[in-house]
Amino acid sequence: MSDDSKFSTLSRRGFLKASMAAAAAGAAPTFFINNANAYVNAPTGGTVTLGFNVPQTGAYADEGADELRAYKLAVKHLNGEGDGGMMNTMKPLSLKGNGVLGKKVAYVTGDTQTKSDAARASAKRMIEKDGALMITGGSSSGVAIAVQGLCQDAGVIFMAGLTHSNDTTGKDRRKHGFRHFFNTEMSGAALAPILEKEFGKDRTAYHLTADYTWGWSQEGSIKKYTEALGWQTKAAVRTPLGAGDFSQYITPVLNSGADVLVLNHYGKDMVNSLTQAVQFGLRDKQVNGKDFQIVVPLFSRLMAQGAGENIKGIYGSTNWNWSLTDEGSKAFVKSFGAEYGFPPSQAAHTCYVQTLLYANACEMAGTFNPCGVIEALEGFKFEGMGNGPTEYRAEDHQCFKDVLVVRGNQNPTSQFDLLEVVNVTPRSAVEYAPDMLGGQLGSCNA
Amino acid sequence: MKELLKSNLVIMVIFAVIVLTAPAWLTPIGAGYPDILQKFAIFGLFAIGFNILFGLTGYLSFGHAAFLGVGSYTAVWSFKLLTMNVLPAIIFSTLMAGVFALVIGFISLRRSGIYFSILTLAFAQMSYSLAYSVLTPITNGETGLQLTLADPRVVDGMMGIPVTDSLPTTNLFGLAMSGYSGFYFCAVLLIVGFYVSLKIFRSPYGMKLRAIKSNQTRMKYTGFNTRPYLLSAFVISGMFAGLAGALMAATDPLAGAERMQWTASGEVVLMTILGGMGTLIGPLLGVGIIKYFENIFSALNESALHEVFSFLPGWLEEVMVWISHHFVGEGWHLTLGTLFMLVVIFLPGGVMEGITRLSAYLKSKFKGSDEITSEKVSEDAS
Amino acid sequence: MDEILLQILNGLDKGGAYALIALGLTLTFGTLGVVNFAHGALFMLGAFCAVSVQQVLTISKRVKDESITFFDAYKETPYLELWWGDTGAMIIDYAVPISIFVAIPIMLLIGVAIERGLIKHFYKRTHAEQILVTFGLAIVLQEIVKSLFGANPIPTPAPDIVSGSAAIGSMLGLSDALVYPWWRMIYLMFAAVVIFGVFAFLRFTTFGMVVRAGMADRETVGLLGINVQKRFTIVFGLATVVAGLAGVMYTPILPPDYHIGMDFLVLSFVVVVVGGMGSLEGAVLAGFLLGILQSFASMNEVKSILPGIDQIIIYLVAVVVLLVRPRGLLGREGVMED
Repeated sequence: MSDDSKFSTLSRRGFLKASMAAAAAGAAPTFFINNANAYVNAPTGGTVTLGFNVPQTGAYADEGADELRAYKLAVKHLNGEGDGGMMNTMKPLSLKGNGVLGKKVAYVTGDTQTKSDAARASAKRMIEKDGALMITGGSSSGVAIAVQGLCQDAGVIFMAGLTHSNDTTGKDRRKHGFRHFFNTEMSGAALAPILEKEFGKDRTAYHLTADYTWGWSQEGSIKKYTEALGWQTKAAVRTPLGAGDFSQYITPVLNSGADVLVLNHYGKDMVNSLTQAVQFGLRDKQVNGKDFQIVVPLFSRLMAQGAGENIKGIYGSTNWNWSLTDEGSKAFVKSFGAEYGFPPSQAAHTCYVQTLLYANACEMAGTFNPCGVIEALEGFKFEGMGNGPTEYRAEDHQCFKDVLVVRGNQNPTSQFDLLEVVNVTPRSAVEYAPDMLGGQLGSCNA
Repeated sequence: MKELLKSNLVIMVIFAVIVLTAPAWLTPIGAGYPDILQKFAIFGLFAIGFNILFGLTGYLSFGHAAFLGVGSYTAVWSFKLLTMNVLPAIIFSTLMAGVFALVIGFISLRRSGIYFSILTLAFAQMSYSLAYSVLTPITNGETGLQLTLADPRVVDGMMGIPVTDSLPTTNLFGLAMSGYSGFYFCAVLLIVGFYVSLKIFRSPYGMKLRAIKSNQTRMKYTGFNTRPYLLSAFVISGMFAGLAGALMAATDPLAGAERMQWTASGEVVLMTILGGMGTLIGPLLGVGIIKYFENIFSALNESALHEVFSFLPGWLEEVMVWISHHFVGEGWHLTLGTLFMLVVIFLPGGVMEGITRLSAYLKSKFKGSDEITSEKVSEDAS
Repeated sequence: MDEILLQILNGLDKGGAYALIALGLTLTFGTLGVVNFAHGALFMLGAFCAVSVQQVLTISKRVKDESITFFDAYKETPYLELWWGDTGAMIIDYAVPISIFVAIPIMLLIGVAIERGLIKHFYKRTHAEQILVTFGLAIVLQEIVKSLFGANPIPTPAPDIVSGSAAIGSMLGLSDALVYPWWRMIYLMFAAVVIFGVFAFLRFTTFGMVVRAGMADRETVGLLGINVQKRFTIVFGLATVVAGLAGVMYTPILPPDYHIGMDFLVLSFVVVVVGGMGSLEGAVLAGFLLGILQSFASMNEVKSILPGIDQIIIYLVAVVVLLVRPRGLLGREGVMED
């Protein structure tokens, strides 16, 4: 198919061309053509297609919608439209604002439904039908890992969106997958010193953990770092995903003797368990002569809205917040705010940055060939993207950068002012050895 | 002519031609790429099998996705432990699903009506919950069971297939299971499955299953033991589901717990009713419609819509895009829901009913024209 | 000991919620013979009645935050507070209880509209078609709510005075550690009142008598020359109101999102079937039974012996009950068995 019809599935032109192509040649398989000179979906015309694969239905639909906004903004900036956003602040920058390698950036979208099967089907459509060279997106680690594996096999690049589990760049790491977002290990390392400062060394924690890989990963990291401080772990109780009513898990906390509750929940589970824990009066309690505390290790502003008043004063960590005042963040918030009328979420930020990083790597490599792009991204050091000096570590394709410790704002000045940054934990404090989490990258597949 | 069109051979030839040429005639509507073609064939098998139970006996299972999931897990384990060849995987999966179906069917078929539905639902939900959490060592939980470089693959090792540093791909004696070859493999199995279903529909066995649907009590009074018939139909349809699960893993080696969730069971129920339960072709139409919406409609975004409506004058284009963007992309569920309602309100009996009516209408217009090769089961109130 | 008491309370509370949702569902089953897959969506609509009332009450005067220049951020002060001061703030605080009075007429209207416009045409259709049409309706209702309110949960807190926990232990002369949220106790009482109200209505009114007769033998009642159709409409309306009220009252416990009804749908079917088709008492009994068992199965002591039991307990109980008692706890012969 010629490549201006990639953009749409039902346009008349696409329709005609497609029927002619089908009539003339049958439908020639374009998937998995791997030989020495060519790579999958090598762009032939004047455009290059990126695939934005986000949840558009289901519990993370709002987060997915925000990611999509960021992607569209990134495409605009890459094509030299709008105010350029972070392209004005990113250093070093190879992009010229004329697309990527002289080709105009086009995109296709799809709905992951936050299900691995649907996400892979959608990504395959982008690769097989729309000719996408790079897939990006996500709001769940299970989905991200599933799509990352697919992209490795298909020979395209995967730039992970919001995924926080260690596994994404740990035991399930792939040569073709890259993650800018932080992980549970970094959350634990960043939070622990602040928890010590605020709550002291002598604490007893009770964990409620979503019963799946991300939850376990989160629980493990927080335990590891808080126990190193001298905290005790009273119990770590697994709760079914989407339990809704958590009362039967919260009541045992009341008389357990624990004085800190750690909620290893995300999304709806976090909103519900936090709301209900507060209703049970946990925050008004005194245990062992200390005020009872609740910690939510992974915070998201979009999700925090659902918990309303209950998040005030609660500690957690986040990848990025719009209130940061560095040049990169300001430039991004400005152009996002001007476009959509509200600030971007951390999910939007990581997706925007990932798109720019990919495009920049193509420019650096001088090719869209994934092997070249991977080489350019590995070990790439940059700044001006909102998280201070950052490095894409070559060994596991994980970005290392500062991590924000935040607290639910006690006195918000506006409807968006929900989180207050209490500490910017420097990169050095959250770094770990590449082989600590296991896993093998494998080799480039093109 | 009419008789000829009803013969099994002719139906099978027409069906095979339509299925095998699908890449060509689906490309113009944007559904001619390998993945969706594979999905059509795989879910087609799933729905055909489901219809053998539901369409013929009227027993509504709300837990058939469990067998699909079991099939997928078995297949991936076969890839991991034995060989990347899909043949053993498919055989093991179908058998394993059959065993599960035998156990679950044996228990659930002690009840009928909605009590049966809830029993099957309960088993499937238990499988899902456990696979997602405590059975993680077997299922790899949320992330799903995937291949790794460290897998033993004993048979492949004995055959001397070299180990490289990239993951091996599934194959049928060297034929890749991804892309179009994967689709043709699924398509052949779909045709075989369709043939089995056709034979069952037209056999005395099928007649007995229908009789159970129309009046089980009366059959029991005549001293006819319905249980073995019901159980065998349940196991057959469970094995179809297991085969579909194996093919999902064969074309894309990953197995996740969400395949067993009640929504997945509900999906095949909806597909069958939407297309026309108890008809041979209906479930396939239902599969086509739902999968098309899920994969193609969900991917239309505003810029794509602008292109679709670009032939209209500017202001009208804006209006049309504004209206239609509620129904595509993130709004594709709305379209699906509306479609469910419209079809069932105006076409009791599903899409097949519409086709039957249309063909009857055309026939009255042009006397003596060909008949659609479908088998409409008389609509008895169940 | 405290732990056991608390889990019993949790179980009763959950059970109240399950029973309330199942009650409406079993009414539509038993009386109208309709499998209503949109029942969860009606619960969701009730919850969003509360959200809407809260949003209307908190229509705010916006003062732009000048420190933010890239987009418009506001400090919002509700007009009610500006006009009436503390009285206004109190009205807003009581948004959820106020919504009850708003939800009753709205849900009744919605119920009647759905019955007149859609359901009544499906009385004589197969269950399969009823499932498809009501499922379609549920999706459409969900998507409408999603496009109006977004996909994220929306906080709808209980009034301040009952937002915390009651020290019931010290009140009853037991351990001080025995505390339970006020709102959950209110929910339990509310559920009890509604359940008794519905039962009384069906038992002590002529209308209720006809409905119960209709549940037992629809055809005969029709033959008696009673306008069954009109009564069906009212019963469906009643079921809708019960579902809606369950939704309104649940919002402080579970911040609602557009999908909340689907999450309850399967569960409510299980409750109804375990209770026995066509039995209101059975639905209530099963609701409380499953609620209490679920609470106890979640205790650490139980989970350490049977890992994962809390995730499957409801379904496990359903299987056992249906195998021991073919028609559920209190089901009658011949209802929805074919």
